[in-house]
Amino acid sequence: MERNPLRRQLQIMRKSLFDQGYLDEQFVQLEELQDDSNPNFVEEVVTLYYRDSARLILNIEQALERKPYNFHKLDAYMHQFKGSSSSIGAKKVKAESTLFREYCKSGNGEGCMRCFQQLKKEYATLRKKLEAYFQVARQAGPMETACRPK
Amino acid sequence: MVVETCFSSPRTDAFPAGLCVLVVDDDRTWSKILEKMLKKCFYEVTTCCLAREALNLLRERKDGYDIVISDVNMPDMDGFKLLEHVGLEMDLPVIMMSVDGETRRVMKGVQHGACDYLLKPIRMKELRNIWQHVFRKKIHEVRDIESMEGIEIIHMTRSGSELFDDVHFLGGEDTTSGRKRKDADNKHSDKDLGDPSSTKKARVVWTVDLHQKFVKAVNQIGFDKVGPKKILDLMNVPWLTRENVASHLQKYRLYLSRLQKEGGMKNSCIGMKHSDSSTKDSTAGSGLHNSMNVMQDNMSNGSFSFSVNNSCAPNVDLKGHEGDRKGITSGPMAESRGTFSTNIPDPRKDKSSQISSDHSLGLVDSVVNMASFSSFSWNEIPEIQFKQEDEPLQLDDGFNQQSLPGLQHHMLTEYLQPAVSVSLGPSITEKVATSGGIEVKPRCDKYRSNHITHSCPTEAVGESHTQNNQVFEPISTTSSMKSPDIIPNRLTESEFSPRNLNEGVGVEDLQLCWLQGDCYAMNFGLQGFDCTEFNNPAMIPETPFHLYDEPRWGTRLPQLRFWSRNRRDHTRSALVSLGSGTASRSFGLAMRK
Repeated sequence: MERNPLRRQLQIMRKSLFDQGYLDEQFVQLEELQDDSNPNFVEEVVTLYYRDSARLILNIEQALERKPYNFHKLDAYMHQFKGSSSSIGAKKVKAESTLFREYCKSGNGEGCMRCFQQLKKEYATLRKKLEAYFQVARQAGPMETACRPK
Repeated sequence: MVVETCFSSPRTDAFPAGLCVLVVDDDRTWSKILEKMLKKCFYEVTTCCLAREALNLLRERKDGYDIVISDVNMPDMDGFKLLEHVGLEMDLPVIMMSVDGETRRVMKGVQHGACDYLLKPIRMKELRNIWQHVFRKKIHEVRDIESMEGIEIIHMTRSGSELFDDVHFLGGEDTTSGRKRKDADNKHSDKDLGDPSSTKKARVVWTVDLHQKFVKAVNQIGFDKVGPKKILDLMNVPWLTRENVASHLQKYRLYLSRLQKEGGMKNSCIGMKHSDSSTKDSTAGSGLHNSMNVMQDNMSNGSFSFSVNNSCAPNVDLKGHEGDRKGITSGPMAESRGTFSTNIPDPRKDKSSQISSDHSLGLVDSVVNMASFSSFSWNEIPEIQFKQEDEPLQLDDGFNQQSLPGLQHHMLTEYLQPAVSVSLGPSITEKVATSGGIEVKPRCDKYRSNHITHSCPTEAVGESHTQNNQVFEPISTTSSMKSPDIIPNRLTESEFSPRNLNEGVGVEDLQLCWLQGDCYAMNFGLQGFDCTEFNNPAMIPETPFHLYDEPRWGTRLPQLRFWSRNRRDHTRSALVSLGSGTASRSFGLAMRK
């Protein structure tokens, strides 16, 4: 068990993210890529993700305001968003993306709308959690190695 | 394997470390991650967000990248299109990636030529192994070039007679083995063994005819402006797809660039010539082709044992030959290389005697002698075992030992003299000697020379000379070999050693002799090839044949088709059948004399 309290806290936060299904294996991959030459790699990637994906979210939102829905376009946007989300291991967000695409394929506008609302929630929640996580991580100092969630 | 480009650079010492990867992805997050991952593998990474940008980067530094990893969904261009472009222009391995793993999409990627399709999120372990694709491509590239050379050779030798159409039977092991030739005129059967429409996923076999059309189209469009769609349109082969053309173009480019590098071959020559030739006459093919054809004609009888193919080199059994020499291989039976290159033995290898008899005889022999030839060893066609006895030396009676690397020589000469079976045992040689005509200049040491020299069968042997001319006449017409350009240079060399029976014929002469008309394609065709380039079997017309499934030479010699059918059975009967048709023309003529 980590002696350093900060580190310990970090470990707990991290574990909970995994246990609650917010993050998946991809996040661990990112952690493994982090090294001395890129000590804040994971945080950088996550920041980049949120910056770029915000644009996509906006696009989808705007597309959902135009009726009738252009499912093809919506699907395309979501496909991109899903790809992006997979990069950081955003598990729940990704799941919602998949669902959204299913609704698009079946032309279910209502389903799309509902799904999208849920997606935005998950997206926001994850962001908050990760922000808190990185804050502690910066304070705690470099971790030794990434460890897989149990 | 020939390691080229990056492989030869310093960074290749630690291969796969130092592999140059170009990542094309509009998702910045993924670009960043991939970059990091690849760097961890000690690869050199360049990223870009747009497909066009990627193409620019690739064009700027042709050899700057070893592999491209691209996302399927790009904003400015469809990933598959980019994939095609890269494959065509740069011929680099491309890995596609996407978050969408739908089978259909993956299949599409593979169809467009992706060497792999990764699903996002991508794991490190997947990226660690991407170097395999680079490696594999290098290996195949070498093989393709050889094959292409083979085809080219065949084209060249394809003169007049479509005899060689059937050559493919000789070489075409894999594809044509056993396939019955449908019909002589079936030039279009170039396609795969099956038909284009065949259900099984047909792999297009680029037969000589088809390749000729291709080259013709390329030349018409202008090599610089060429594109698969344009080529496809010009070729007007209904069953051919753009992808087929694209991949073939890729190989062709590689081939040409390799030729250029090697300096010997006149690329343009070949390419152009081909087109020329091909335009001339469908059957005539260029040089090689023609010569082959001509030879074929001559060879009509006997065992045309070309067995060019590496594998297929069915030992051409030249019946009639005494003994079965291993045939071609006596000389430099080249390793039959895969695909194309088939078995064109490396003429160079055996310059002397051996080769001559073997090599040149190789094809030529086989062709010519059908009966007598036993060892048709184009050059090193290992397979071609013409079961000849080692006559090669004998051939030398008059023949130059040079042995035409390509059969071409032989072919040509052989044509002249059916008897030329130069390679065949003693008897044969005698024949050859007497028959004169037979150009058999075995000297194949250089294909080039061989070709050339052989081409002038006329010179050979005294009266045969005349005969040859005559003989050739007809042939030339048919074969319309037109590769004058190709040959000329070579011929001038003194490759034609006087020793050849037909000696005396300078290159030019040869040309003349043979083809009074354009037949000279025979040799010339080969010439164009620059035999030197082909150390391999390429020279052997047959080689590519195995790739082809249908009688390429179709029209001319229907009978020849027979060959393909019984590749392994190159018996006299087959040859005879040859004789009946056009083959007899040349051959017959020679005989007559």
